[in-house]
Amino acid sequence: MKPSEAMRIAWEAILKNKIRSFLTMLGIIIGVAAVIIMVAISAGTEATISEQITSLGSNLVFVQSSFSRGGPGQMASGGLVYDDAAAIQDGVNGVVSVVVEQNSSETVKFSDVSLDEVEILGTTTGFPSVRDVEIATGRYFTDTDIDRKKKVAVLGSSMAEELFGTTDPIGQYITVGTTKLAVIGVFAEKGSVGNTDYDARIYIPISVVFQKFTPSMFARIMGDSIRMIYVEVDPDENLDNIITQIELLLVKRHDVTLDTADFSVTTQQDIISTQESTTAAFRSLLAWVAGVSLIVGGIGIMNIMLVSVTERTREIGIRQSVGATPDDIRMQFLTEALLLSIVGGLIGIVVGVGGSYIFGALSDMRTVVSLSSILLAFGSAAIVGAFFGYYPANQAAQLDPIEALRYE
Amino acid sequence: MTEPHKIIETIDITKVYGMGDISVAALKGINMQIKAGEFVAIMGPSGSGKSTLMHILGCLSRPTTGRYIIDGEDVSNLDKAQLAHVRNKKLGFIFQAYNLLARTSALRNVTLPLLYTHEENKNIEAGDEKARAMLEVVGLGDRIHHQPHELSGGQQQRVAIARALINDPVLVIADEPTGNLDSHSGEEIMNILHKLHAQGTTIVMVTHDPKIAAHTQRTVHLIDGLVDNIVHNGRTTLMSSHEEARHETV
Repeated sequence: MKPSEAMRIAWEAILKNKIRSFLTMLGIIIGVAAVIIMVAISAGTEATISEQITSLGSNLVFVQSSFSRGGPGQMASGGLVYDDAAAIQDGVNGVVSVVVEQNSSETVKFSDVSLDEVEILGTTTGFPSVRDVEIATGRYFTDTDIDRKKKVAVLGSSMAEELFGTTDPIGQYITVGTTKLAVIGVFAEKGSVGNTDYDARIYIPISVVFQKFTPSMFARIMGDSIRMIYVEVDPDENLDNIITQIELLLVKRHDVTLDTADFSVTTQQDIISTQESTTAAFRSLLAWVAGVSLIVGGIGIMNIMLVSVTERTREIGIRQSVGATPDDIRMQFLTEALLLSIVGGLIGIVVGVGGSYIFGALSDMRTVVSLSSILLAFGSAAIVGAFFGYYPANQAAQLDPIEALRYE
Repeated sequence: MTEPHKIIETIDITKVYGMGDISVAALKGINMQIKAGEFVAIMGPSGSGKSTLMHILGCLSRPTTGRYIIDGEDVSNLDKAQLAHVRNKKLGFIFQAYNLLARTSALRNVTLPLLYTHEENKNIEAGDEKARAMLEVVGLGDRIHHQPHELSGGQQQRVAIARALINDPVLVIADEPTGNLDSHSGEEIMNILHKLHAQGTTIVMVTHDPKIAAHTQRTVHLIDGLVDNIVHNGRTTLMSSHEEARHETV
């Protein structure tokens, strides 16, 4: 039997039972579409993350407070304090600048607009440069503003819009908690990095945060707590050496050991590797899920082909009586299984590619459809069809013509 | 006038089902010859082995022992694929239940054997043309695109006859060809078989109906796995040779 004839017979058999053929293909369709969509989502996520990481600014070391392991009765160590930043700036070689962050969550009011739980970020003058944000209108605060604890604020772009709409915010006064602050500038749109929306925050001098929003009775003795220190380093210096210096300095200042440290030091490279390993794990999980659904689809094909062989026993007998060899019969059913999975695979590609675009358009997630995922999914579908089609085809080929002709 | 050559020759054919103690011998040593152009009936009560013999003559199964020579070729020891080729090239079947492919046109049913003819450069158009001609011969020239469920039993059997003839077989095997038909349709089928016989086709027909068997030149009666006697145009000749074949298989 010629392959073209086998194809024709298989195609006719599939068309004779359209609904059943479609249901048989459904497993493959879902499997292939799942592979394509899932790979598209994870590729989109990876692309977004890598862009965000690039936009973080360069040559940064992050020193973060990590709260305390003080035992019972022992006062919790407070993490980083404001003076640590100055100590790093002065005591570590290769440091270009340091920027400090402390945050608080307050209710913000302007005129009749009131917003709850707005993130107030107290920081220093180097912030726009290390975080790669730019002033759109007005100005950023200066060292003088910080020293004199001036009640000024710079708004993120969406925050400015929410509070002021089309009104020019510069020179207006907003009420943060119980404190009135003068708006002196608005940042250009930056978007989100990780979980932080840079545009929905209010930036004020760190000294004002200490005074108004995070006052502490320990501050006088221990210094004002801060959340994070950005350390900008000289790109020509050895990064590991600088990290070690920072750690030794802070361990000494906080009177802890490295094992009980109330801070952590990370670099951009650490963040990139963490993200990469997270997305890699995510992607391989998706690949497994998709792979399993393809196998389930294949088992569906095998199931239906076995039913089909039983149902068509008499047809097989007739074909054998007029001269079909076992190879002819095997070829016929194998072609049918293969055709089912290939047609299912093609429909799955259409659904998967279409679904990826629709998903990307309707949700915040980005999707990137890759040719390799299409080829992978389609190839696996064909292999699954051949693999799971072989057993039923072989059952058909081994039928005894006399038994097959007698079958009712 | 030269003697017509033998289409079928069986030499001490036996068929044993099962193994060891529970084995059953369906055929116990069949010797028969059918010459080209003959029309022969095989009769016998149920259990006589006539179906088993037909399956062996039709190359649907192999004898346990003995030799079967068809059209000069010993097919006793061919494998499944080789037997399929013999069925395709040399045999045509007509079954009691017609055995047409459902939801398939008369034309496609008739061309079915051509699908399994392993020849280079076979011409599909020529095959279709021949199938049309065959359907014309059996009187279904106007029904070539009808599917089996749109045809009467007699018409379906005629499609089956056209299919049996498509590859110019050396032997047509008919298994109770009128068994499922009313007497009128049955007569039509027998008329077609007679016509084919007149044109030189060799036909072996299995039947249990003496009236149908009477249409043939001679009738081979089987009893208990052996040839009991052979009737020539009403004259009975006892089968005297091959008494040694009457051994019981253990």
